[in-house]
Amino acid sequence: MKFSVVVFPGSNSDYDAFYAASFVLGEDAALVWHKDTDLQGADVVILPGGFAHGDYLRTGAIARFSPIMASVKAFADRGGPVLGICNGFQVLLEAGMLPGAMVRNDRIKFVSRLVPVRVEHTDTPFTAACKSQQVLHLPIAHGEGNYYASPEVLSELEQHRQVIFRYADPLGVVAPEHNPNGSLNNIAGICNRQRNVVGLMPHPERAAEAQLGSADGRVIFASAVQALASLSR
Amino acid sequence: MRARVYVTLKPSVFDPQGRVVADALVTLGYQDVQDVRQGKFFEVELSATDVATAKARVTEMADKLLANPVIESYRVEVLP
Repeated sequence: MKFSVVVFPGSNSDYDAFYAASFVLGEDAALVWHKDTDLQGADVVILPGGFAHGDYLRTGAIARFSPIMASVKAFADRGGPVLGICNGFQVLLEAGMLPGAMVRNDRIKFVSRLVPVRVEHTDTPFTAACKSQQVLHLPIAHGEGNYYASPEVLSELEQHRQVIFRYADPLGVVAPEHNPNGSLNNIAGICNRQRNVVGLMPHPERAAEAQLGSADGRVIFASAVQALASLSR
Repeated sequence: MRARVYVTLKPSVFDPQGRVVADALVTLGYQDVQDVRQGKFFEVELSATDVATAKARVTEMADKLLANPVIESYRVEVLP
C-alpha cells in the first residue's frame, strides 16, 4: 500500500513520515508537493508537521489554499484515510475537515518532550492495531496545541466518540496535571464523524524506532496498513 | 476605500499572550491593569466606492479568512 506525504513550504516532518512509512514499515511512500493536484495513487494521505506557509495569519490557515488540498478533501470525502500530524492537524482544522481550533499553549511556552498519550478508540484507520486505552509515549513539539471547541462541539465530539487520543500519565490516567498545553478535555487527537480523518498533535513518525527514544509511534502507521488490508480482504 | 478589521479571541477563549502582557504591565507599575486581550489588526484597500458594499465585502473576508470564527470575533470599520 502507498502513503502519500504532502510537502508544504515550511513542512519539517515530511521526510520523517516518509521514512516511517517506507524504511520502518516497508510500504510504498511518496512525497507530494503542495502545488500538485495528483496524490500519486495514495492509499493513505499524511499531512506532516512543521510550519506550513510560515504559519502566517494562523497555524494552518494558508495551507488550505494549496492546490493539493482540494485533492486531499476529495480523497477524504471518498472515505480515504487522512492523518494530520501536529501542523497537519492544524491544517485539517483550518480546512474545516475536523472541528475546533488551536490556540496558544496555556503556559505560552513551546513544549517539546515525550508525553504519554492514551488511545481512546481503536475503530479508526490509524488506531486499528492499538489496544483500547493503550498508552503510547510520543513526542510533542508545538507552541499552539491547545485544542479549543465550543461547548456544543465538544460535547458532540465526546458523544460520537471522536476523541481518539488524550494526554495522560504513564498508567493511562487522564487528569489536568498531565495536560501539557491546556487542551480541553486533555484532547491530543480527534477524528471526523466518518472516522477516516484523524488529527493529532503528538508525532508518531518521530517515535517509530527504539533508537529515537520510543517506538510507540510505529503502531499508528501499522494501523493504517492493517485497516486497509482488512478492507481489501 | 479603506476598511479596518479588528480580530480578537472570543471572551470564552483564554488568551495566554494577553495574560502575560497584563502581568508585564503590572510589573511595570501599572497596578490598575485588570486584563489585556491581544488581537490582530488588518487594513484592507478596496476598489469599492460605497460604504455598504465595502462593509459587506470585508465582513465576508473576515468571516472566511481573517478571523477563525471558532475562536475569534471581529469588528469591521469602513473609512469614508
